[in-house]
Amino acid sequence: MDERSTGLHSIGDAMGRHAQDIDALWDVMLWVCGFMYLLVVGFLLLALFRRGPRRDINDHTQAHEERGLSASLATWTGLIALGLFGLTLFSYFTDRSLVQAAADAQIAIKITGHQWWWEIEYTDPNDPSRQLRTANELHLPVGTPVKISLESRDVIHSFWVPSLHGKQDLIPGRDNDIEILADKEGVYRGICAEFCGLQHSKMHLDVVVESKDGYSAWYERQLQAASPPSDPLAERGHGVFMATACNMCHTISGTDAGGSTGPDLTHVASRRFIAAGALQNHRDNMRAWLANPQAIKPGNHMPIVSLSADQLDALTAYLGTLQ
Amino acid sequence: MSANATEGTHDGEWLDERETRWRLDRTWSQGRGWLAALSTVDHKQVAKRYFVTAFVFFFLAGVLALLMRLQLSRAENALIGPDLYNQLFTMHGSTMMFLFAVPIMEGLAVYFVPLMCGTRAIAFPRLNAFSYWVYLFGGIMLWVAFALNIGPDAGWFAYTPLSGPEYSPGKRVDFWAQMITFTELSGLAVAIEIVATIFKQRAPGMALNRMPLFLWSMLVMAFMILFAMPSVMLASTFLIMDRLVGTHFFNAAEGGDALLWQHLFWFFGHPEVYIIFIPALGIVSAVVSAFTRRPIFGYPFMVLALIAIGFLGFGLWVHHMFTTGLPRLGSSFYTAASMVIAIPSGIQIYCWIATMWQGKPRFATPLLFVVGFILVFVIGGLTGVMLASVPMDLQLHDTYFVVAHFHYVLIGGAVFPLLAGTYFWYPKVTGRMLSERLGKWNFWTLFIGFNIAFFPMHYLGLAGMPRRVYTYGQGLGWDSLNLVSTVGAVLVAISILILIVNLVRSRKHGEMAGANPWDAPTLEWATPSPPPTYNFRHIPLVASADPLWQHREQLPVMRGLSVDKRELVLTTVLDAKPDVREPVAKPSIWPFISAIAVGAMFIASIFTPWAVIFGSIPAAIAITVWFWPKGAPPPDEEESEP
Repeated sequence: MDERSTGLHSIGDAMGRHAQDIDALWDVMLWVCGFMYLLVVGFLLLALFRRGPRRDINDHTQAHEERGLSASLATWTGLIALGLFGLTLFSYFTDRSLVQAAADAQIAIKITGHQWWWEIEYTDPNDPSRQLRTANELHLPVGTPVKISLESRDVIHSFWVPSLHGKQDLIPGRDNDIEILADKEGVYRGICAEFCGLQHSKMHLDVVVESKDGYSAWYERQLQAASPPSDPLAERGHGVFMATACNMCHTISGTDAGGSTGPDLTHVASRRFIAAGALQNHRDNMRAWLANPQAIKPGNHMPIVSLSADQLDALTAYLGTLQ
Repeated sequence: MSANATEGTHDGEWLDERETRWRLDRTWSQGRGWLAALSTVDHKQVAKRYFVTAFVFFFLAGVLALLMRLQLSRAENALIGPDLYNQLFTMHGSTMMFLFAVPIMEGLAVYFVPLMCGTRAIAFPRLNAFSYWVYLFGGIMLWVAFALNIGPDAGWFAYTPLSGPEYSPGKRVDFWAQMITFTELSGLAVAIEIVATIFKQRAPGMALNRMPLFLWSMLVMAFMILFAMPSVMLASTFLIMDRLVGTHFFNAAEGGDALLWQHLFWFFGHPEVYIIFIPALGIVSAVVSAFTRRPIFGYPFMVLALIAIGFLGFGLWVHHMFTTGLPRLGSSFYTAASMVIAIPSGIQIYCWIATMWQGKPRFATPLLFVVGFILVFVIGGLTGVMLASVPMDLQLHDTYFVVAHFHYVLIGGAVFPLLAGTYFWYPKVTGRMLSERLGKWNFWTLFIGFNIAFFPMHYLGLAGMPRRVYTYGQGLGWDSLNLVSTVGAVLVAISILILIVNLVRSRKHGEMAGANPWDAPTLEWATPSPPPTYNFRHIPLVASADPLWQHREQLPVMRGLSVDKRELVLTTVLDAKPDVREPVAKPSIWPFISAIAVGAMFIASIFTPWAVIFGSIPAAIAITVWFWPKGAPPPDEEESEP
């Protein structure tokens, strides 16, 4: 797997505290259940192919054997009960530890689910001006507990980054949250895990876990407004963005574009993917996306805006400057 | 108690065997021609329609599954777009659950419960005909909608608000919701018939503790239907009202609650799994007993296990909702409840294997499918234990691990037993044996194909692949196992084709079966294959749990039922002592007409709420004619002979 392109996305690659706890539980479950399965298969094969006396309906002299089988039924039932009791306890304590960690979260983030992308807001309780809004790419400092509150504007979505933690649903009218604590730097992939309509399949999320310094630097960069385009092509692209439908739905801070229906594009060029993981973020892909988003992600809410080839080139160049 | 000289009674005269048959045939005749075909109330005739209809839906839904597997066979495949794909999995799930799995079990009950009870007809035979027609119309409506590209696309679970008026405009979800109304109405009617037949029409002497386990399982299934299905009918009615008349049951913005849907749906949805699985347990018990030539070991434990599963099945629904943010401590109780259900299931598995241990297994196709059932289902049960744990479920929920899990449970726990039952009972229904050679091919291709198709999905789920995605990107490492899975699915399809060939060919060319080809112990084998319309020439008397093994030569019978009137004997609930003679309804076209009227009302109400008012008029008229008192005198009870 090319980690640079898509990031880790597996329950087995547990890189967060919670995912590791669950992974440990999985190991126990696998061993206990595997053992029980072997017992059943062994008993079944023995029962079918054993040698020795067998009896059918005409033979009523089997009282002794009945007793033996009844005793082992009791043993079997006891074994199942014991196994289940053990697993239930283990599961319970794992669950407690997952929940308890929520107390000491240091960063508060709000994620809002949309059909079919993720809106991400960082808030600073001490300084409202340091609020940050981005989309589809979550940056976190390593080793820091983070509390994410989850909301939805439309249908039910589910936040899931398997390498970091299990799922939590985003439900309209309900306040859910999840805490994650990433142990290792790296890129982890998330995906919406509750069927949410046409493009449920293409609703990815990247989680970039960086050193604390790297995270702070990213945060400061993201706080800046977009710098005005310098080269003429990009400048023309800026004009296209403002003159066509783009600015109705998207925000680019530092400009007049203030729409809130689609993702914030202030630093869109800094993101690894476009369209919630549908395409890698480079010039050709961006141009293809702008030309016809419906071909790449059919049914998504971004309309086809008819632009000439020149306009497309210019717009692509402009968006490419939004680092 | 030999039946050579004297046979039935007719106005006090004794009739010989030929005369008895002739008169019974005349009395119970269903008539000929298309009108008679629409009017029949013979439970076997109706059940055969259930079998064929449900199998057709099984086949169609299987084709959809194959299409989905083709689409997923490689990354970024462009074969099927999201709009069609979402319809495909919605139709696949809805059809398999509502139009195949439950109806086929109901059909099995409709055919075999009266025969195993040793009675002449099902209770409420006209209601039985009505419920089949309602089921058929509901299924046709859904598939016609799909064929017109207005098939539902919000999943078989239709979570709100995605399925609500705002996010699923158009009529797609309405067809789904109305299909629920059809099939659940039909299911509730069948459940009532089964409970009444088992409680009141068992052959004299078949006390509850002598009832075959198959009857017990059908009884538990019927009670589960009665308690579970109203919940989903309520939910789907709320949904239709939200969509059609602007109520806000599920709209959080107006004080409704999106999660209410999930509670109502899963309070039905989880028992639904057991509604499918419990009859399968009954099939397995019947097959194991017949093919080891032993009564099932631990009969009382088996009965208690069935009842325990029936009760516990209602206490687990929240384990479908662990990720919705419900209070975590409370969720832990549902973990415990979900795990507890492994105990009765484990007891059942043990008792079957113990029966094989004691007896002399005969490796005919039905027993092969039972062995396949144990090997496959136990894996599904164990992954179920994993999913019952809240932390595990947080990771595994809505991934392909769950897809693997419930296909191991449902194909392993229901389709394998159903095929065992098919090979076991086909001779009874048609009079001819299925080919054993094709049967073995059928088994091995299914067993191997199924495992190739579904085992890799466990790994895909662990590797992070979510359910209900129409495509996935390259570089996630999911490509090769998805391709393997698709190859397995093709093998499963081949297996089903072998089954179809076997079913069709054996109908004409199979070996003649005779009344009891497997030397099985229960009453359905005490009458010719296929059984006459009146089921039994004389009502058998039962003195043990395995009547045909106890009385090898001649089953003791009860006399005294008229050969010139349709009637049967009712017995007491616990001990099955003869109680009264009960007249049985004659064929009637009105159940069919009522079903059309009710169906028209349901379908029209998708388009306008006024249909409920105006549509109820023809329905009321049809049902009134159906139930119009005939003025027949009550049966004379003194006449019945001890």
